[in-house]
Amino acid sequence: MMKHVVNKKVGKQEPRWQTKISGGNFVDKFHAYRNLHAHALFSSLGRLLASRFSFVMTIIVLAIAISLASGFYILVVNLQQLAGNLEASNQISLFLKDEISETRANKFVNSIKQNPDIQEVKLITKDEALAEFQAYSGFGDAVKALENNPLPLVVQVLPKNSLKEEQALEALLDDFKRSAEVDFAQMDMQWVKRLQSIMEVAERGVVLLSLLLGAGVLFITANTIRLEVHNRRDEVVIAKLVGATNGFIHRPFLYSGFWIGFFSGVAAWFIVTIIMLILKQPIEKLSGLYDDGFRVLFFGFTETLALLFISSVLGVVGSWIVLHFQLRQLKPE
Amino acid sequence: MLKFDNVSMRYPGAGDVLRNVSFHLQRNEMAFLTGHSGAGKSTLLKLIAVIERCSRGQVILDGQNLNQAKDRQIPFIRRKVGLIFQDYKLLQDRTVFDNVALPLVIAGYGHHEVSRRVRASLDKVGLLGKEKKYPAVLSGGEQQRVGIARAVVNKPPMILADEPTGNLDPELSAEIMHLFEQFQQVGVTILIASHDISLIAQMNHRILKLDHGQLVAS
Repeated sequence: MMKHVVNKKVGKQEPRWQTKISGGNFVDKFHAYRNLHAHALFSSLGRLLASRFSFVMTIIVLAIAISLASGFYILVVNLQQLAGNLEASNQISLFLKDEISETRANKFVNSIKQNPDIQEVKLITKDEALAEFQAYSGFGDAVKALENNPLPLVVQVLPKNSLKEEQALEALLDDFKRSAEVDFAQMDMQWVKRLQSIMEVAERGVVLLSLLLGAGVLFITANTIRLEVHNRRDEVVIAKLVGATNGFIHRPFLYSGFWIGFFSGVAAWFIVTIIMLILKQPIEKLSGLYDDGFRVLFFGFTETLALLFISSVLGVVGSWIVLHFQLRQLKPE
Repeated sequence: MLKFDNVSMRYPGAGDVLRNVSFHLQRNEMAFLTGHSGAGKSTLLKLIAVIERCSRGQVILDGQNLNQAKDRQIPFIRRKVGLIFQDYKLLQDRTVFDNVALPLVIAGYGHHEVSRRVRASLDKVGLLGKEKKYPAVLSGGEQQRVGIARAVVNKPPMILADEPTGNLDPELSAEIMHLFEQFQQVGVTILIASHDISLIAQMNHRILKLDHGQLVAS
């Protein structure tokens, strides 16, 4: 308070030359600090917008990189949903030989039931199979035109859950394959498993791609900021000469990095969403042909926030790298 | 206020630019630094603004040994020294007001305080009313006065000027020098590097003369 009063008094008279370095009271200083940040935030945006062409080009390059990573992520999320709909059961399907009658098939089913490893056995008769095929395959009318039922008898075997081990299941499958009644035995789970491993590869791919493209974003931002520092070299030098701290000099550039990252994130969000909208109809048409449980997923609220946050952080870190290594070397003269 | 104690400065490959320079400027003293081109005038000023550090000896400003200053202390040392340049070093894309306000903004002053001090400083150099103009539309003398207003706006205890009248005609130069004398009268220590011998001779102040890096007259 004292200082404030003194300043007021001095203001009315001739300013006195004092050896004081800092001034203003605490509240005034806090406001000044906040204003500095607000000013740096908006002036850096203004500066970026003023150089419209290069700004837009940078944003587009970054947005493409970010949308590649995030688009691939959304693709995997959608595939996961697809894979998630498929229950990974251990079910084994036994296609019986053509000459096996239904009576003999029933005997075969009973014999399987004796096996302590088996939980459930179900015979699907030729008629049942035909009806199901007619209903779901889309070839209903064509099937009606057939004179004979070409479908085999099928026995669906569900092993007990205790039988989890791959080798035990394989052994069981081999047993069935050797049975006289069986033409062809297939473990339903196998292709689900394959899909799941493909998904694992894809997930890892997303991580690696994101790291790579993230590094790309980082260095593109860094280079943009480097040019910005170069263009404003005079300003930086003068600010240093009149006593600017590194923090003061870095601030507007860090905010520039933030804006670049943020706008790239927003642009990437639109790119991916537009692509998904274009793909939505054909995908849903396609999935409708198989199983209508599938819905195209877009960025959720959390994912949108994460996208914007990560791209903004990459922008800030990118500019920080340049400032840390370049501005330190920038001597006033 | 400012003390040079056996200061030598050697640039790699260029030999000694300053050799065993010793002098002491009292608070409130005004002095000229002269010598032929390349005598080491600019280097000496750079040591005070910690743009360079001396190879041997000690530079002591306001009781602080500049050789031992850490990098993060440098900005705060520079706030004690108002720098004035031959080429003014104004930001061409900022108004006169913004140029003069820069040291205050950097030091974290509030809006009202900045406004008040910038006006007082511009008033002092006779440029009140030109706050909204850009440096490019001002004459050389006016631009240099903006530079001076910026150097003194933070009320530093010391002013360093490197050839401040180098680009000005004799009449304007005399005006600028008169302005420096006014600052000296309110307690600022001033060191002006200049090779304008006739101008310096007219003024009754201490003269430090450098010759090939050595102080030959003080």
